[in-house]
Order: sequence, then C-alpha cells, then structure tokens
Amino acid sequence: MSMPFYVAPEQLVRDKAEFARKGIARGRSIIALEYSSGLLLMAENPSRSLRKIAEVYDRIAFAGVGRYNEYDTLRKAGVRQADLMGYLYSREDVNAMALATAFAQTLGSIFSHELKPYEVEILIAELGLEGEDNKLYRISYDGTLSDERHFAAIGGKAEDLVAALEELWSEGLSLEQALEVGREAFRRAEERESEGWEVVVLDAANGRRTFRRLDESELTASE
Amino acid sequence: MPQFPLPLDLPVPTSSFGDLLEAVGATPRWEVSAEAARNLSVPEGTTVLAVRYAGGVVIAGDRQATEGHLVAHRFIQKVFPTDRFSAVAVAGAAGIATEMVRLFQVELEHYEKLEGRRLSLDGKATYLARLVRGQLPMALQGLVVVPLFAGYDELDATGRLYSYDVVGGRYEEEDFASTGSGSRLAKSFMRTAFEPDMTPEAAMDLAVKALVAAAQEDTATGGPDLRRNILPTIFRIDSGGITEVADEEIRPVAERALEVIR
Repeated sequence: MSMPFYVAPEQLVRDKAEFARKGIARGRSIIALEYSSGLLLMAENPSRSLRKIAEVYDRIAFAGVGRYNEYDTLRKAGVRQADLMGYLYSREDVNAMALATAFAQTLGSIFSHELKPYEVEILIAELGLEGEDNKLYRISYDGTLSDERHFAAIGGKAEDLVAALEELWSEGLSLEQALEVGREAFRRAEERESEGWEVVVLDAANGRRTFRRLDESELTASE
Repeated sequence: MPQFPLPLDLPVPTSSFGDLLEAVGATPRWEVSAEAARNLSVPEGTTVLAVRYAGGVVIAGDRQATEGHLVAHRFIQKVFPTDRFSAVAVAGAAGIATEMVRLFQVELEHYEKLEGRRLSLDGKATYLARLVRGQLPMALQGLVVVPLFAGYDELDATGRLYSYDVVGGRYEEEDFASTGSGSRLAKSFMRTAFEPDMTPEAAMDLAVKALVAAAQEDTATGGPDLRRNILPTIFRIDSGGITEVADEEIRPVAERALEVIR
C-alpha cells in the first residue's frame, strides 16, 4: 500500500487559490457602474453568442468571468433559485443579497471540498427600488463576498479598472457618458482598443423586467 | 454528492421551470376524490375570446366569476399577458386557472432567461397543452380549466391563436376562438361578423360585441357594466409586442355595442 504524501492544509489552499487566480486572470474583465437612471454593465467580449452578462430576475443581473462552463452553471443555478423563490412567494421577495450569499456559499464549498476550484469571479448587480441604493456584490472563486458602491469590476484587470473608475466616475452620469467612462476605463486598464462589447443596462424605464441588452447600433451611435 | 445552497446538482435536464418544480417537489397539486368533488363549489370564470386581424390578434374576456347561481366576483381578471408577445385567457375553475397561468408565465420567462431566447409561439402553445393535460384528473372531478392562447409569431410575422380542450388537445384557429360558458354564443356572433384582415380597432369592436352578445343569453357571462364601470379586459398583440387596451378606449366601444345589440 502506498502512503499519500502529506500536504499541509495551508499549502493546499494556497495552491488552489493560485490555480483559480491564474485561470481568472486569463479571462477578460467586466465592469458595472451607476448612471443617473440605472446600472450599466460592460464586458469586453468579441463573441456574439457566448454571453458573460445575463438576466437573473426583474432587477438583478449576473456577470461572470473565467471559465465559461463554470460561470454558466452558476448562472443557471442562480436563475433557478430566483425563479423558484419568486414563484413560491412573491416577485418582491427575490433579492440580490440572498442570491449573492447563496453564490458565495456555493463557491466556498466548491473551493474547500472539490479537487479543482471554480476558476470564476462573479458580479451580482441589483437596481435599487425608487429612492433606494443600487447593490453590487463581488464574489470570488473561494466564496469571498464583497459589497461595492457606485461601481465595481471583476476579472484579471479588476484592480486597474477600479482605479480608473475612481478617477472617471461621478454621480449623475447620463447613459452616453457612462458608456464613455466605461470605454475609457478599459482603455486605461488594458492599454489597447476593445475587440467588441457586450453591454447591458438595468433601467426602470424598461418596465418590470429592467434588463436590456444594448445592440450594436446603440453602441456605435454613442461613440 | 455535496449539497450546495444553489440548485447546482438538481436532476433538471431541461430549461423547464415545471421540471424544476417537479425536482424540488413543489408542483402544485389538487387531490380531491370524486366523492368530495361533487360537493365542492368553486368560482368559475366564464367567457373569453380572441380575434385575429391583419398583423396581430386581440384577446378579451369578461370580468365575472360565478359560483353556482351566484356571482362570486364581478371584477376578476381572466386574460393575462404571458410574455412580450403572447397572452392567455382562461375559463373554468378560477383558482386552478390562475395558478396554471402563473406557472405558464414563469415557465416562459424561465426558459427565455436560461436559453437566452424566447420559445417559438408554437412551442409555447405546446407547453400550455401539457399544463392542461396535467389537470385531466381534476377535470374528471368537475374542476375543468380550458384556456385560450394568442400571440404574435415572430417567425411568421403574424398573429396566431390556439384553443384547447379538457384533455389537452391543442387546435390552431384561423379567425377567432372562444371558450367558457358563453363561448357558443360568442362564436356564433363572431361567425356572422368576422372579416379577414380587419384593423385592430375593428377586431376590438367585434370582440366587445361578441362578449355583449354572449352576456345577453348566458347569465354567467358578465357584459360591460357602465354604471359600475366594469369593462372587459382586452389585450392587443402585434409586432410591437403586447399592450393592454385602456378603459378609456374600451368604454366608447362598449357603449356602442350595448346600443347595437339587443
């Protein structure tokens, strides 16, 4: 019988974390920022069919970076959870806080129990009700949950993007201005031009389902 | 298998919300024996109908629910938008019907979110048939629900409508359809007055008149009640999506219909 090598738990966690971080750093980043009447989510995404940003519920959007199959599994689980809660109780009872916590717990338990951690980072954005604050939650590969104000970024270039947004973002931007702020933040962080955008807004003007993808024409019109 | 707070490893192979409910054991069920059902009295919705016009469809219903010979509700809603391009109208046991509609609404949105695109109109109609079929045991106990489904087909760029029967049979209708206690009367009225490729206004006018005609002969159907300001629910669906017709727009049409139909 062969004895397995002893690996110190600290080492194990470090290795897993490094593995996950490397995977995430390879993916392109995503930002979310507030504008006067809603939330704008922007991803650099050359693909027209593989989406990084998706609708979860009336006022909630999901964005994921890293391995597509992994964040898509999480996205689907999130939609299922949200629709179940909304059906069993009421649409008002679905909130981003509960979902973000569930994502954090799920990622946390995958990180500690599974051999391979998920190489993903997730952003949950919720458009606040009239007069309430918008919510932005970041969940990292090990289940660390953090709550951001006004803007947030996930992915390999998250720190650079947040640094850029700290300089560029201000209260009361119009949608066009917010788009320009987003583009400029990416330009500064990535130091090159984007190969394609995936842009989504959560805006109360869209009715009950606030989620709307901006199409090519709207993006080029504001450029 | 580890249990995660999110439904990551539920055996749901499809993007169906109904299957998800089944997997978590939360499918709504009514289990009533034949014996008990005989004495069961529940509110029943009466007449709903739909009319096709050039490029779209109008779907309408009266507002009354009856329980035996009594009026249970005067202001009930029987026509519901189910997504951006479709609506369903129900007749029969109101409690079961509204739950069926709620399930159908969540199903369409759930599929759309998971798959990133809407079901085809035909796909939606087929799923509704499955929901009706699921109610067959209850229908045999006398708790019947029969819906009507109408929508705008984004592929064909035309309005389409479907009627159903208790066993889940699904029938696409060419011109108009109706279900509920006053449906025969409404249908025979529409048969004489229907014209292909009407304007949306003419289709709405026909729908209101048919409801008035049904209410004249069928006591369970509640016609427009101008004194109480009870007007039919009407939705219009075309390439621009679904819109509810405002009371201010329905009122003059109802007034005219009440004058014309004796």
